[in-house]
Amino acid sequence: MSFLNFLISGISLGSIYAIIALGYTMVYGIAKMLNFAHGDVIMVGAYICFFAVSSYGLPPVVGVVAAMAVCTVLGIVVERLAYKPLRQAPSLAVLITAIGVSYFLQNGAQLLWTSSPKVFPNIFAQKGADGAMKSSFTLFDGQLNISYVAVVAIIACVVIMAGLTLFTGYTKMGKAMRACSEDKGAAQLMGINVDGTISLTFAIGSGLAAVAGVLLCAAYPNLVPTTGSMPGIKAFTAAVFGGIGSIPGALLGGLLLGVIQIFTQAYISMELADAVVFGVLIVVLLVRPAGLLGKQIREKV
Amino acid sequence: MNMKKSFKNMRKSTRRSFITYGFVIIAFIILQIMNGMGMLSFSLQGMLVPICAYVVMAVSLNLTVGILGELSLGHAGFMSVGAFTGVTAAMALQTAIPFAPLRLAVGMAVGAVFAAVVGFLIGIPVLRLKGDYLAIVTLAFGEIIKTIFTNLYVGVDQNGLHIRLLKNLSDLAEDGTMIVRGPMGMGGVAKISTFTAGFVLVMISLVVVFNLVNSRAGRAIMSIRDNRIAAESIGLHVTKYKMMAFVVSASLAGAAGALFAMNYSTIVASKFDFNTSILVLVFVVLGGLGNMLGSIIAAALLTILPEALRSFADYRMLVYAIVLILVMLATNNPTLRAWIDQLQKAVTGKRKKEAA
Repeated sequence: MSFLNFLISGISLGSIYAIIALGYTMVYGIAKMLNFAHGDVIMVGAYICFFAVSSYGLPPVVGVVAAMAVCTVLGIVVERLAYKPLRQAPSLAVLITAIGVSYFLQNGAQLLWTSSPKVFPNIFAQKGADGAMKSSFTLFDGQLNISYVAVVAIIACVVIMAGLTLFTGYTKMGKAMRACSEDKGAAQLMGINVDGTISLTFAIGSGLAAVAGVLLCAAYPNLVPTTGSMPGIKAFTAAVFGGIGSIPGALLGGLLLGVIQIFTQAYISMELADAVVFGVLIVVLLVRPAGLLGKQIREKV
Repeated sequence: MNMKKSFKNMRKSTRRSFITYGFVIIAFIILQIMNGMGMLSFSLQGMLVPICAYVVMAVSLNLTVGILGELSLGHAGFMSVGAFTGVTAAMALQTAIPFAPLRLAVGMAVGAVFAAVVGFLIGIPVLRLKGDYLAIVTLAFGEIIKTIFTNLYVGVDQNGLHIRLLKNLSDLAEDGTMIVRGPMGMGGVAKISTFTAGFVLVMISLVVVFNLVNSRAGRAIMSIRDNRIAAESIGLHVTKYKMMAFVVSASLAGAAGALFAMNYSTIVASKFDFNTSILVLVFVVLGGLGNMLGSIIAAALLTILPEALRSFADYRMLVYAIVLILVMLATNNPTLRAWIDQLQKAVTGKRKKEAA
């Protein structure tokens, strides 16, 4: 049964990675840039939700919505101010700018909210039969212990994936998004507002980052200004793992990464988990150089 | 007059490397004089060796990113390898080599060799990949190196070196010393790095890089950067030349790591993480890809900048971030770019007229 326990917590962590990875993969697909500031948007979202729930006593749902709203606006503003002027610039310049934004968000958070760790409230806890708040429920006579956060994370991931697949496949804006990621020039000639579409992508990615931030901090309740950086790197790895630019790839990569990480921590070594995760990534990229579901592009001479 | 003429008639690349050497030597002399006269603040004195280490890091990363044209996000990993192996060697040889500068040199050489070996091993898988995939794999290797060193235990006694992964040493003799203590890193390191040693290392790395770049191999490497398929079609061994640049870059980073580590009495593996790799990448990009002098100036200025911004107190890292973003926006702004180009043309045009 402990195997099932680990599998479930792996899938739930993987779902959170997948939601973050979506932000990376969508932005990469459309703007061809590695948005290193994405991890810090997660942190901002978590802080907003924390203050809404803990300081203002708002219901958790309002906290999540507030976090999404702030992060969406943040994503759009950052894109307009920092990335839009660099549309024609070499990719390394954009990368460094993204790193600058990441520093800015981290240090801004440190000034605003200090670096002392905040204990994130367990906003998904439910009232048990005896009236006490419980963070998990048990099945099979207490052999299987599932936290509510895990359930919410998995459900959120499934809903978001389904929603995004429908959105990119069947709506006008989603089709515009795919067109822009294929060929920006041609899309513009077809009358698609490329700048608007890119802004929309950043908005969706950042809004999802807020959801992921809340889920992440509900599961691992230690909130500091650098909370987002390691999950950010892991989710970026997940996006590459699945094939960057591909939405199902982000899901697959995120889930695999989460499960591998939890299993390594449980069965091999707590300390070496990160090394194993990155090791698996290297092996996968050697066999499939464009990720599991990435498009293998033939080189034309 | 004759010298001036020969300087003008030099090949452009040779002239540029001589300007770089000259800049470094003059900067070293000025700093030494200022230091001797007590004009440097205490904190700035403590930064002289780290500046040298970062300069070498920037120059070596510029070889990978600027000359070879591959983005590496794990350069701090090589620094880490150099730091840990170099310090281990220096501490193990404490009694064998009592003369500190020689021990430092041996430590840096050991660090460079180990980093080169690791660079070669990592290069085999990494250099098969392209673009962003290559970048993420270097990031992955950097994190793996960090994790391994965080869980490594090394001790030395009369029986030689004892190395364990994950668990603490139990078979170490009573009089043995622990060198690497897992997450607590290395403690009791003899602080034998000096500014002069740092200067020598900077000069050595410049000589190595310039001689590589201005050689047949260097031109092959740059042709691979500009068009890999064309380079391959004229019979260049792409993997060999890529590996050459990658290994040289790794070994210089290893030497820099050893220099850096022996400037502090304790050093932990988490010091050489993703953020350090990014920091060095920022030096390279701000200094200009392929421009070694730019890397040196950017590394020195940006290492001092947080210190210089001390008057902003809590806001200094925020200001640093804003400066970084604004510089990137300014240098890539089309209007500003065109204006600078025009200015440059006006200046060089005038000079050409004078020459005529």
